[in-house]
Amino acid sequence: MTKQVKQLDRVIIRFAGDSGDGMQLTGARFTAETAAFGNDLSTLPNFPAEIRAPAGTLPGVSSFQVHFADFDILTPGDAPDVLVAMNPAALRANVEDLRPGATIIVDTHDFSARNLTRAGYDANPLEDGSLEDFGVHEVDLTSMTVEAVKEFGLSRKDAARAKNMFALGLLSWMYGRPTEPTIEFLQTRFAAAPALRDANITAFRAGWNFGETTEAFAIRYEVKPAAMPTGRYRNITGNLALAYGIVTAGRLTGLDVFLGAYPITPASDVLHELAKHKRFGVTTFQAEDEIAGIGAALGASFGGALGVTTTSGPGLSLKMETLGLAVMLELPLLVCDIQRGGPSTGLPTKTEQADLLQAMYGRNGEAPVPVVAPRSPADCFDAVIEATRIAIDYRTPVVFLSDGYLANGSEPWQLPEVSELAPIDPGFASVPNHVADDGTESFLPYQRDPETLARPWAIPGTAGLEHRIGGIEKRDVTGEISYDPANHDLMVRTRQAKVDAVAKSIPPLEVDDPDGDAKVLVLGWGSTYGPIGAGVRRVRAEGVPIAQAHLRHLNPFPSYLGEVLRRYDRVLLPEMNLGQLALLLRAKYLVDIVGYNKVRGLPFQAAELADVIRGLAEEVYDS
Amino acid sequence: MTTQLPDPKLRQDGLNDVPDADGPADRKAYKSDQEVRWCPGCGDYAILAAVQGFMPDLGLRRENIVFVSGIGCAARFPYYLDTFGLHSIHGRAPAIATGLAVTRPDLSVWVVTGDGDALSIGGNHLIHALRRNLNITILLFNNRIYGLTKGQYSPTSETGKVTKSTPMGSIDNPFDPVSLALGAEGTFVARTIDSDRKHLTGVLKAAAAHRGASLVEIYQNCPIFNDDAFKAFKDRDTAESALIPLEHGKPVRFGPDGKYAVIREPSSGGFFAVEADDVDESQIHVHDAHLRDPSAAFGLSMLTDHGQLHRAPIGIFRQVEHPTYDDQARAQVRTAREAHGDADLEALLTGKDSWVVA
Repeated sequence: MTKQVKQLDRVIIRFAGDSGDGMQLTGARFTAETAAFGNDLSTLPNFPAEIRAPAGTLPGVSSFQVHFADFDILTPGDAPDVLVAMNPAALRANVEDLRPGATIIVDTHDFSARNLTRAGYDANPLEDGSLEDFGVHEVDLTSMTVEAVKEFGLSRKDAARAKNMFALGLLSWMYGRPTEPTIEFLQTRFAAAPALRDANITAFRAGWNFGETTEAFAIRYEVKPAAMPTGRYRNITGNLALAYGIVTAGRLTGLDVFLGAYPITPASDVLHELAKHKRFGVTTFQAEDEIAGIGAALGASFGGALGVTTTSGPGLSLKMETLGLAVMLELPLLVCDIQRGGPSTGLPTKTEQADLLQAMYGRNGEAPVPVVAPRSPADCFDAVIEATRIAIDYRTPVVFLSDGYLANGSEPWQLPEVSELAPIDPGFASVPNHVADDGTESFLPYQRDPETLARPWAIPGTAGLEHRIGGIEKRDVTGEISYDPANHDLMVRTRQAKVDAVAKSIPPLEVDDPDGDAKVLVLGWGSTYGPIGAGVRRVRAEGVPIAQAHLRHLNPFPSYLGEVLRRYDRVLLPEMNLGQLALLLRAKYLVDIVGYNKVRGLPFQAAELADVIRGLAEEVYDS
Repeated sequence: MTTQLPDPKLRQDGLNDVPDADGPADRKAYKSDQEVRWCPGCGDYAILAAVQGFMPDLGLRRENIVFVSGIGCAARFPYYLDTFGLHSIHGRAPAIATGLAVTRPDLSVWVVTGDGDALSIGGNHLIHALRRNLNITILLFNNRIYGLTKGQYSPTSETGKVTKSTPMGSIDNPFDPVSLALGAEGTFVARTIDSDRKHLTGVLKAAAAHRGASLVEIYQNCPIFNDDAFKAFKDRDTAESALIPLEHGKPVRFGPDGKYAVIREPSSGGFFAVEADDVDESQIHVHDAHLRDPSAAFGLSMLTDHGQLHRAPIGIFRQVEHPTYDDQARAQVRTAREAHGDADLEALLTGKDSWVVA
C-alpha cells in the first residue's frame, strides 16, 4: 500500500522502557541514523542510578530523547511529539511530558493487571480514556519480536530482548531513517554471537516491515536534512568530546598524557575512553581513590607529563587538598568535574551546575584556580584544549566544569582540522636562571615570567636544576621555606595576580544582539547555552530585542565584563543552582542580576526560559 | 666512568633505567644548602647521614633522583638532599610517586614517610602502592608517636600509651608496619634501626636495588615525645638479646654467642624464640627471604612485641621478583603504539559514522 508522506521541520522522540530494555542503545542508534541522514540533532539520555531497579517500576524507567530538525537546533526539545513506551511504568513516567496530540507507541505485552499495579495504575490507561488527547498505537511489540526471531533458537527471554530493535525498525520506517548504519553496527556488536546478531537484525527489519505493511501506521514523516556549514561532521557526546580533547591536548603540547581517575558517575566514560587510546601516548591509572587519582596526576605533572584527573562533585571535594597543593606547587594540571546533582551522593545520573563555588573556593587558604566551562557536548573538545593552554602557559591547575547533561547528551560536531589547531609549548626550563655576583649559576624555582607571572617548569632529569618544592609557603623567587609575614602576603597576592593575568589571554565576551538595541541581556555559563539560546530565539521571533552572552571563563572573567553587564537595564542569569554565578557577578561588579534557578536534575526547557525572558522583557520595555 | 659499587648486581635491577653519573660524587654533593631543622638528638639525623653517605655509591645522576614526602617530621627529609624533591601533603606521597614512577622510568623515586603519615592518614595509598608493586623505595620512619603535632599516640604506639590525646591510655591496637606490608604482599619488606649505621645502609642499598616497591621500616627515636621507645635495642646490655637479625639462607639465631634461636612450631606454623641449647640445630628456622609465599615472613614479623618493644627481628623479611605496575603500564602503551604504528588523530576524531555537508 502507498503511504502518505507528511513534511515536518522538527520532531522530538522519546524512547522509554525498563533499565534492562536497551533504551539508551535504541536512542543512540536512532541518533546515529539521524546524524547520517543529515538532520541537526540534540539528545538527552535520562536513566536511574541503579543498574537494574526492579523491572516494571517507576524507579527503573530509563529514557532517551532525541530532537532532530531541518534547521539548526540548540536543545533536546521540551515536549516530545512521540513516545515509545515499552511497559506501563514507562508510559506513566513520561506521559505528562508529552505535547497535546502527541503520538504514543506502546508495547501492550506487559499491560497485565500486575504490571499496571506495579507501575501505580489503578485502571488500564489504554482502556480508561485517560490517553484520549493522544494518538495511541497499541502494538504487541514483544510477541511480534519473538515470532519474528523464532528461527534462531533463542530462549524466549533472549528473543524478547530484541524488541528494542523491533521498535527502532518501526521508528526508522516512520521517519525515513537510513537502515544500513544500524545493520552494520549490529553485525559488529554481535559478531561473536551469530544467533543474537541475526535475531537483532531480523527484529530491526521486522519492525521496519511492520510499519510498511500494517494499516495502523498510515503516515510516514519526512524531516529534510538541515542546512549546515560545509564540512565533515560526526555525532558526539560531551564525555567523548572531552576525551578526544584530552588526547588532542597531548598532541598539541607534545606531552604524554597521564590520567589518574577513580570510577564515578557521570565521569567514568572519560576514563574508559582514554584507556583505549594508549597508542596516542595516553596512560590511564585507575587509582585506589579520588585523592590518589589527582595525586598521581600531579606527580606526573611534576615529572613533565600532562597530568589530568576526571571526577564528579563528591570526588572533587576529596581532591581539594591536592588541588591546593597544585596551586602552591604552580604546576600544570587538568581537573575535569562532570557535575551532577548534589550535595553528597545527590543525584548521580542527573545534571546540575552547583559545583561552581566549590571549584572557585573549595580549598583552604587563598587558592585561586582558573575555571573553564564548555557550552555544548561538542564544545567540550575546544574547552578542554583551552583549559590545557591556560594550565601550561600559567603553570596552574585548571578546573574544567562540564555536567551530566553535556556528558551524555550529543550533537553533530563539525570536525576540526587538526593541523590548524595552535600548538601549546610546555617550555621546560633547561638551564639555570640566575647568575650570582661571583658568577655562580643557580636555579630559582619561583622566579617568574614578568608577563604571565608563571614560574619555570623544571622537570627531574635536568642537570643543574635540582630543587625542592612543597606545600609550605615559599620565599618569593627562591622557593625556600619561609614563614615571613610580608613574604606570605606577597605570595598570596602573587598567586592571585597570576590567575587574574589569565584574563589578558582570553577574548572579550561576545554579545549576540542582532540589532544592537536590546535592553535585556540573558547571560549563562556551561550547559545552559542551548536552552537559553532557544528561549532567546523564540522571544526575538516575537519582535522583542534580546541580547545573549555566554561565559566560558568563570575565573578569571573576561576583561570588561562589568562594562558589558552595566550596558543593559536588566541581566537575566538562568542557572541550574541557587544563583552561584549571580553571587560572584554581584560581588565583583556590583550589578544586579536577575536569577532564574532550578535544580531538578534536568536541563532547562526552551519554552520555560522563553516565558521568563518574555516576562522580564515586558517589565523593561513597558516601563 | 661509573663509580665502583660494592655489589655489581645493584645497577641491574631497580635502577637499571636510571642514567649513570658522569663521575664519582661525594656525600657533600648530596647535601642541600638548607639548614637541618630537626630536634637535637632526633634519629632523623642518622638516617639523613646514612642516605647522603650511600647515595654516591649508587652511581646515579643526581638530577634523576627524586624524594617525595608527605607531612610530619620525616617529611622534611627532601629539603636536605640536593636532588629533586617534593614535600607534599599528609599521607599522599605514595600516590604522587605513582604518577612520577609510571611516567618517568629514568628516575629513582623515593618516598619518605612516618608512622602517622604512612599508616594512618595515608594507609590506603601505602597498601595499594605495595600491592601494585610500583618501582619505588619507601622509607617509613617509625618513632611510634606524632612528633610534629607534639605528641599524640600514633598507629604504631603501644596499647595503653598515655599521651595528650589519650590521658587514660590508648585503646587502639597498633599496626606492625612489616606485618601490614607483608599482608599487602610487598615484594621487598625490611626493617632496620637508626642507631646501626651499617645495617641501615646495607638494607637501604638493597631496597634501592630492588625492582618493585621496597618498604623499609626504620626504628627511629624521637627524643622529645617518645624517648626510649627503642631503648631495649640501643642499650648495650640488652640489644644483643633484643634484635633478631634475619639473613637470607642462615639459621635465625640471636643473643650473646647465639644463645637464642627461632623455631617454627609445626602444628600452628607460628614462630617462637627459644634457648638454642634446648633444641636440635635442625629445628632452627633457616630464613628464606625469596619465598613467594609470604606466610613465613609474616610469621617472623609476629615475633615483634606489640607493647613496649623488647624484641624485634630486623633485616630483609621478603625479597621476591614480581612484575612492577609501572613497567607493565609502559609496556601496554608501547605495545599499543607498536601494534598501531603512528597514531592517526584525524582518524580517531572522525570515527566510523561521519558525514559530509557539501
